[in-house]
Amino acid sequence: MRNIGIDSGSTTTKGVVMEDGRITDYLLLPTSAKPAESIQKIRRSLHAETADRIVATGYGRKLLTEADKKVTEITCHAKGAAWLSPGIQAVIDIGGQDCKAILLDERGQVADFLMNDKCAAGTGRFIEMMMRTLEVPLEEVDTFAAGREPASISSMCTVFAESEIVSLLAKGVEPGDIALGMIHAICRRTAYFARKMKLRGEVFFSGGLARFEIFRVTLEHYLEMPVRTHELAQYAGAIGAALM
Amino acid sequence: MELIKELPEIFEEFAEQRKNSFLNIKQLKDKGVPIVGVFCTFLPQELPAAMGAAVVGLCSTSDETIPDAEMDLPRNLCPLIKSSYGFAKTDKCPFFYFSDLVVGETTCDGKKKMYEYLADFKPVYVMELPHRQTEDGYAAYRKEIIRFQKVLEEKFEVTITEDQIREAIRVRNREREALKNLYGLMKQDPAPMLGMDLLNVLTGAQFKFDKEESIKELYTLAERIQKEYDEGKHIEKRPRILITGSPIQGAASKVVKAIEDNGGVVVVYENCCGVKSVDELVDESNPDVYDALARRYLNIGCSCMSPNPHRFDLLRRLIPEYHVDAVVDVALQACHTYNVETIGVKRLVTEEFHLPYMSLEVDYSTSDIEQLNTRMAAFIEML
Repeated sequence: MRNIGIDSGSTTTKGVVMEDGRITDYLLLPTSAKPAESIQKIRRSLHAETADRIVATGYGRKLLTEADKKVTEITCHAKGAAWLSPGIQAVIDIGGQDCKAILLDERGQVADFLMNDKCAAGTGRFIEMMMRTLEVPLEEVDTFAAGREPASISSMCTVFAESEIVSLLAKGVEPGDIALGMIHAICRRTAYFARKMKLRGEVFFSGGLARFEIFRVTLEHYLEMPVRTHELAQYAGAIGAALM
Repeated sequence: MELIKELPEIFEEFAEQRKNSFLNIKQLKDKGVPIVGVFCTFLPQELPAAMGAAVVGLCSTSDETIPDAEMDLPRNLCPLIKSSYGFAKTDKCPFFYFSDLVVGETTCDGKKKMYEYLADFKPVYVMELPHRQTEDGYAAYRKEIIRFQKVLEEKFEVTITEDQIREAIRVRNREREALKNLYGLMKQDPAPMLGMDLLNVLTGAQFKFDKEESIKELYTLAERIQKEYDEGKHIEKRPRILITGSPIQGAASKVVKAIEDNGGVVVVYENCCGVKSVDELVDESNPDVYDALARRYLNIGCSCMSPNPHRFDLLRRLIPEYHVDAVVDVALQACHTYNVETIGVKRLVTEEFHLPYMSLEVDYSTSDIEQLNTRMAAFIEML
């Protein structure tokens, strides 16, 4: 069986090929302003014409009309995370435009979930905007913020936080301290949000920010629980879709 | 209602009933029938009905007039309150326009403060609603009902007799029975119809002014639905959802649509567009007619009551009766009392019944439709 899972997220589109329970190919592209095109590019690159089954997930899932099935990113993230990291009991996903906390039951199925989708506060977009203000590429965040003293950031609104950063810079605060301050702000907010549910065991961290160790460590600090991730964590949704 | 029509057409008629009543209300007005506009279900409609008035619901359910309301009221206020105020201010709602008297009650803080300023445009009377369902509470509401009767009598220069009130109670009780008979059909699994159709009927029936006619229609419709059900015409088996919380007619019914577009079916509405306001009858055998009204109305399990045991008792009864698979608790944005009470409902649903529970905070806009769809789809995938 050759199954393809495509996760059309707000920032990136991910595709995963699974053959007989193993990942044989994967690909990530920016979603851009034309999500349908990104989906089709992924589909072509992964040779979807030879697939036995294609499942779509993510905000743009309805755009893949050829999909055999469309499943929400909640269900897919849970499935993908449990496959990447067997035994986990909860998933925290910080996506481009929302943040999800998912509680799993003993079979790895969704038992409960929370979504924060009202605004960009506490999402990947927030970090992207802030790094742009600091003029540092997001990919360098781990080294840039390492060993710094977190500056106090009080605003979680993406627009207000940007002006807060501008005024901190004007006061001469080190950009690295500001970056770490933002990371603390986003992780603290995410932890409080997720703790509305009765979290237990180990938490899996997925989504684009899971690539950066500093987010995992800070999230662990505020959750006061072990947080695991995986090099393919950003693909958790697409993996889950391929497993459907 | 003509019997030859197909069910979907009949449901559609109910959905359009509010608009169709615009014309009826004008005709009634021209005939000299007094029109009393009301907000919450706590108002004993039997009193205006006893003097032959048409009673019309004024809770507004569209975001059309919210920008006008926000010129005067804070943005961070319940959309139902803003919308209602906006319709009164702009005179866009014929029901407001034709109301000789608008009656509110001291339910939630937002509403009671809004009524103060609504009085700038309309003749407003506010009943003082106690917030505890105790003997003192019943006694206070009984007095308030008598006071309301006097207001009606003075304003419309009529006398309302006890016999007239008792007759109005009998009619309203029969209407309640007819509504219960209809929504009770949803106890069947698979469900006979979609929850959206049921909501349209429940809402539409509120805007039928000839109650005898409406009662007849409701029974005919229920019979028709049951007949088709017995012939095998019903929706496929789906996860069964109970909706509780703030009122959700109109714009907020986007929640019902999101549930049903994603494979669920709403089998019962606990909120005040459904069972909450219909379930209990007025005790016709009570020799004190005002006491009977006070008890029946004050017992409504709205979150403005503190504590609010009747909502929880009703949920405990409805969950098994309707074979509910999951509960969706809808709070309108900034509806503090329903928002706070979500924690109690969550505990009841998850700890006593071990069923999945989801709470949603919605406004009247369409900006969150996609997020709602994703949430409801994921919730139903979980079942």
